[in-house]
Amino acid sequence: MARVIVDVMLKPEILDPQGRAVQGALGRLGLSGVQDVRQGKQFVIDLEGDVDSDRQALLEQLAGELLSNPVIENYRMQIVDDEATA
Amino acid sequence: MSARIGVVTFPGSLDDADAARAVRIAGGESVALWHGDDDLKNVDAVVLPGGFSYGDYLRCGAIARFAPVMTRVIEAANGGMPLLGICNGFQILCETHLLPGALTRNDHLHFICRDQRLRIENTTSAWTRDFTEGQNIIIPLKNGEGGYVADEETLDRLENEGRVIARYLDTNPNGSRRNIAGLCNERGNVVGLMPHPEHAVEALTGPSIDGVGFFSSVLSSLLEGASR
Repeated sequence: MARVIVDVMLKPEILDPQGRAVQGALGRLGLSGVQDVRQGKQFVIDLEGDVDSDRQALLEQLAGELLSNPVIENYRMQIVDDEATA
Repeated sequence: MSARIGVVTFPGSLDDADAARAVRIAGGESVALWHGDDDLKNVDAVVLPGGFSYGDYLRCGAIARFAPVMTRVIEAANGGMPLLGICNGFQILCETHLLPGALTRNDHLHFICRDQRLRIENTTSAWTRDFTEGQNIIIPLKNGEGGYVADEETLDRLENEGRVIARYLDTNPNGSRRNIAGLCNERGNVVGLMPHPEHAVEALTGPSIDGVGFFSSVLSSLLEGASR
């Protein structure tokens, strides 16, 4: 079994109104000095078996085509070793 | 024989019935297309209607893009078939990359629903040729994620190539770059529009009947294509 984690964030130049709303709330709740908040998504994918190179290539492709939109988002994928999910 | 205009229904589409009605009012024959079908039923053009396909999960339009019918729609559009995406349909067109850029959360975070004034900027696309350049129209706008974004180079290219088909007037309702309400591809057969022409086709229910022009445009462009 393998666990694949894909983090998706809006590109820095894309306005993130949700992050800005959260930033305002953090300030109202007493957290001072908040300079910026960006909101993203995390996908946790549990897979049977190992991630061989073919599977990894397909995962990269899907992370770039389905899980994120390359026009406005960046993604980062990490494959967590088996022991961590055992 | 009138032209056959397909309207795709995805799970969560809302405006497919209104889009089909608009097609009929303009004088076309509406043909219901189903997201799970691998078949365009010999239609001459396709409308991707508004709504919340697949619940807007992941990103608006991101899952609809991979629906079986979309493979055929993309093929046909690349071959020159007229294709109009309204609201969620526009979001789907950006996700397929048939149109550049993306639609993001409204900059003020509110869902907007109002009658919106637009200026028609392009009267050569398959869906806008019955308008006059600079014509002001009023059609409903209703979206939560209608902020059009693209990098500066893409925006400049769209402007230089005359591919902005409509711009918001009075006020920018959602933070769209350069007040862009709609655009077309290079060939002019694929158009994405955030406001809803299909809700402005009858005096009883719409703020105007300005929306008819989009549907009559495609019929006249198909007619011209057929007589060529």
